[in-house]
Amino acid sequence: MDETKSHNELLPHLFRQEYAKMTAVLCRHFGLKHIEIAEDIASETFLKASENWAINGIPENPTAWLYAVAKNKTKDYFKHISVFETQIKEAIKPNEIETEKDFEFSSQNISDSQLAIIFAVCNPSNSTESQICLALQILCGFSVEEIANAFLTKPETIKKRLQRARTNLRNDNFKIKTLGETEIKSRLNTVLKTLYLLFNEGYFSKTNHQLIRKELCSEAVRLTLILTENNYTNIPQTNALLSLMCFQSSRLEARTNDKGEAILFDEQDKSLWDKTLIEKGNYYLVNACNGIEISKYHLEAGIAYWHTTPTDQNKWQHILQLYNQLVLIEYSPITALNRTFAFAKVYGHNQAVSEAEKLKLTGNNYYHELLGYLYADTDIDKAISHYEQAIGLIKSKTEKQTLTKEIERLKEKNSR
Amino acid sequence: MKEFALIFRLKNITDFKPSPEQMQERMNWLAGIASQNKLVDKGNTLLPIPGSAKTVKPNNVVTDGPYTEIKEFISGYVIVKAETIDEAVEIAKANPIFDQVGGNIEVREVLKRD
Repeated sequence: MDETKSHNELLPHLFRQEYAKMTAVLCRHFGLKHIEIAEDIASETFLKASENWAINGIPENPTAWLYAVAKNKTKDYFKHISVFETQIKEAIKPNEIETEKDFEFSSQNISDSQLAIIFAVCNPSNSTESQICLALQILCGFSVEEIANAFLTKPETIKKRLQRARTNLRNDNFKIKTLGETEIKSRLNTVLKTLYLLFNEGYFSKTNHQLIRKELCSEAVRLTLILTENNYTNIPQTNALLSLMCFQSSRLEARTNDKGEAILFDEQDKSLWDKTLIEKGNYYLVNACNGIEISKYHLEAGIAYWHTTPTDQNKWQHILQLYNQLVLIEYSPITALNRTFAFAKVYGHNQAVSEAEKLKLTGNNYYHELLGYLYADTDIDKAISHYEQAIGLIKSKTEKQTLTKEIERLKEKNSR
Repeated sequence: MKEFALIFRLKNITDFKPSPEQMQERMNWLAGIASQNKLVDKGNTLLPIPGSAKTVKPNNVVTDGPYTEIKEFISGYVIVKAETIDEAVEIAKANPIFDQVGGNIEVREVLKRD
């Protein structure tokens, strides 16, 4: 009984970790055009593992076991292909599939292949949403259902999105093998952006599924880490992005309670912040300061850094400065709102109200939440009205509950 | 949306170098425009100091800076977008330049060359 339980727990974990690596190495041998073959072999390997391990127990080195099976399956496939070729040779164009049989799942090979496939997946011919879906499926081994969960959409929608994206990749004819310095440089921005969005998808996810949120974040960190291990991709922006991810991840445990409700920054239990991750964030932030260019990842990492120092007196002054620069680089409603929040912390709620109202983001629930927060001490009726408008715009149940509680608190305060 | 250039003029060249506090206030003003998604171009500063400013006139007459002849000199510009010139004027009114030094801001609609 115990055996079955541990095997059921281990397998999904291993699957995530190794599926993507396995597919990446195999893809390099089959070419991205034939990604399905690579995925089939990887899937069959895990199917065999789940059958075999249920009966015989988990082998001593599960990862090695998986790679040995995958290797054999690949050899079988190539054998099959060569038979196939002699019979219907003209059906398959020569050189379309690399038929070299000697390949290893060595650690060097794995990280190179993973890097190559990251660049293949982050293809600007696909929309950013599709890129994230593809990244989740191919690079992180997420199932269609899990992706649909993360995006709060139907599996059918995700399936269609993935199909279109894969067709695009195939038509684009991107060859993983030719990934050289020029390709890497021209595509690195897209890659960083995709990983940034992947992380955010986890960190600010619409789903309340804690496990999925955490896995999205840790996958984004894992992939960004791969980029820092290659000379071409280990640039200041990459380090800044990784630093940002470390700082944010350090608060993952503290920012939700056991019911999945968000805990505001001020009320977080700071002892739950992960100090090792904060140190890593510092380390990569220092690395990021090697160049002259200040990217938005630098600024966001800087903001996240100040958030890890709850006691500094000038903290909000620094944060406001960084938000000022950030909004000049790239406007986004959320940056504008966060900047205004920082403004309120420095110059007080009254001055911030007029700054906030200028934003006119009336269709955005965070806009109303911000105004609700800013009015709470001076004009309770206005505060409640804004919170109510926010509730009308929110989909998530737990967020609605949090605001409803706040409204009740304000009403009570008003009647006193 | 139309585009408007806000052109800054200062009266006294000693006001040109802002203090850190003034820098911070100007930055807040600029980021405030960007937060409303109304900033087209954050513009640039035009250096008025000797060696960085000259005026060229007919017959190859070149003089140092603009500051020898006029009382005000242009110190920089930004470009904003707004529905009307009145809206652009409102944006300009909020600039801290007026509290700090005796300058002015000229608001001019931009007519783009095709």
